[in-house]
Amino acid sequence: MSFLSLRALTKTYPGNAQVVRGLNLDVEQGEFISLLGPSGCGKTTTLQMVAGFANPTSGHVYLNGKDISGIRPEKRDMGLVFQGYALFPHMTVAQNVGFGLEMRKMPRTQAAGRIEEALAMVRLHGLGSRYPRELSGGQRQRVAIARALAIRPQVLLLDEPMSNLDAKLRGEMHVEMRALQRQLGITTILVTHDQVEAMTMSDRIAVMSEGKIAQLGTPFDVYDRPASGFASSFLGQTNVIPGRVTEVREHCAMVQAGPCLMRIPHAGNKISGDVGVYIRPERLRLAAVGAGNLPGTVKTRLFLGNLWLYEVESALGKLRLTSANLGEQLPKEGENIGLAWRDEDLRAIPGEPANG
Amino acid sequence: MADASTPRPGAPWALSAPALLLFVGVLLVPLALTAVLSFNVFDGMRGIQPGFSLTNYAQVLTDGYYHDIFIRTGLMSLGVTALCVLFGVPETLILAHMRAPWSGLFLVVILGPLLISVVVRTLGWSVLLGNQGLINNALQGIGITHEPIRFLFSMLGVVIALTHVLLPFMIIAVWSALQKLDPQVEHAGRSLGASSITSFLRVVFPQLLPGVLSGSIIVFALSASAFATPSIIGGRRVKVVATATYDEFLNSMNWPLGATIAILLLLANIVIIVGCNRLIERRFKQVFAA
Repeated sequence: MSFLSLRALTKTYPGNAQVVRGLNLDVEQGEFISLLGPSGCGKTTTLQMVAGFANPTSGHVYLNGKDISGIRPEKRDMGLVFQGYALFPHMTVAQNVGFGLEMRKMPRTQAAGRIEEALAMVRLHGLGSRYPRELSGGQRQRVAIARALAIRPQVLLLDEPMSNLDAKLRGEMHVEMRALQRQLGITTILVTHDQVEAMTMSDRIAVMSEGKIAQLGTPFDVYDRPASGFASSFLGQTNVIPGRVTEVREHCAMVQAGPCLMRIPHAGNKISGDVGVYIRPERLRLAAVGAGNLPGTVKTRLFLGNLWLYEVESALGKLRLTSANLGEQLPKEGENIGLAWRDEDLRAIPGEPANG
Repeated sequence: MADASTPRPGAPWALSAPALLLFVGVLLVPLALTAVLSFNVFDGMRGIQPGFSLTNYAQVLTDGYYHDIFIRTGLMSLGVTALCVLFGVPETLILAHMRAPWSGLFLVVILGPLLISVVVRTLGWSVLLGNQGLINNALQGIGITHEPIRFLFSMLGVVIALTHVLLPFMIIAVWSALQKLDPQVEHAGRSLGASSITSFLRVVFPQLLPGVLSGSIIVFALSASAFATPSIIGGRRVKVVATATYDEFLNSMNWPLGATIAILLLLANIVIIVGCNRLIERRFKQVFAA
């Protein structure tokens, strides 16, 4: 059994539908795993059950092979970082960070060393005597991380920790947090609805939908080989084209979508009937008129700095396309163009309405 | 447009004039008249004599009879305040942990008695607390005591009734402090290894202190100057400052002495409340600053 293991975890609130439905997840020691999903998908409830603040209706949580489902949160040895940081406003930064050590009855001198060390880890040396309200949002967040790490927990649980930071700071914290997690080798679960956050920090992402894991895999896998239309449209942007499988060959399926007959690779899974053909905006390319796979007309063109975002009207409907800003002359609004893609950039996903 | 945001000079005064006039007219003027009255002299034959004399103050401050009344009032107010903290804080916490319709409903139930006159409520208590009242009958019925406990005309009864009357003020104050609390801090405390009791005492309660303090000030001030409850339940036997003032004014007709007692009560209240406030605010500076 892996280090942290969730088995058939289920949570039903009285009067409500099931929030978490028979969730299974194995987390290896030192792994950084994200629970990613929209609000209401059960990710926070799952984290609460791991932390011990919510009792599973059924199912178990195992840590190091031991069933901890019935253990009180204060005995679980898990560090938590909350969305609002939940710092103690009446204590100094050092008292905040040292609170967990004090609860463990650690001698004062030893605790002081640990507090210093934890503050140094989050680059807050010398701010121990300040009070939380005297710190900036980013600093408060670091205090919350230091406080969770000071107890050297077996598992670190992050509950949307970056959502109160501005975009630039958030980006910096992603990199820093990831580096710190690697350096300490601490098993970490992150709950987030921010796909960029999940992708930059995680070893693996569990995309959650309606109380279940819709897909589990490395960020690259989840982004590039989405198992469902939900996973595909939740992570990044995507174009969905309705199509119909006409023939299944050994390594690919032939899909008729509008005027195009597409040859879509598949990994041995059976597909048939109506499918959604998914293609990422960055995999669609601009081509000269008459070239490429499909003719189209530029409807709108937006400048995003590093990218141009195009909306192209075509026989397959409105398609989004991004093109890197490399200083070239690109087609303007109203121009006729060609659209090009490679077969391996297409994904055919069955079973879901193709209007996502 | 710049003019719209910078009010004309005098506008704030003009706008607050009605409230200020009311405040001056019904509070400051009578208070000043009472203060002046307290320096007059009362003569059994000739009534109130104008003049300036400190005899009334000397009488109250040197007479053991008045010392007892002031000390009794102080202890009663402290007791009521302590009981209100003891019951009010847990009650508010329970209230806050209730589910959606219930917490609002019970808040109304708790605050509802404020809509009923104190006199009516106190008379209700005197019915309950009498020697043949519901409470004594029940206590004897289940065999806790054999003699009826003397609630009426005793300090015990006054404290019980006053606590009931003033508890809503404590609950409102703590409730508002609780609304400002980050609900996750208790979980944060527990995730760091604190039991739920330790987490409450070390993390939650210190943040409720501003509410407890303001509630205590209201409860202390109101019970120190309470009149209806001590006079109905305490009667002549349990004389407190407010009832003593009443007696001087309406029974002895010694208005200057009554005024002196009233002024001394006001001063004592201010000293105690401001002193405690300072002390606690200094001790828990960070909580109050936030």
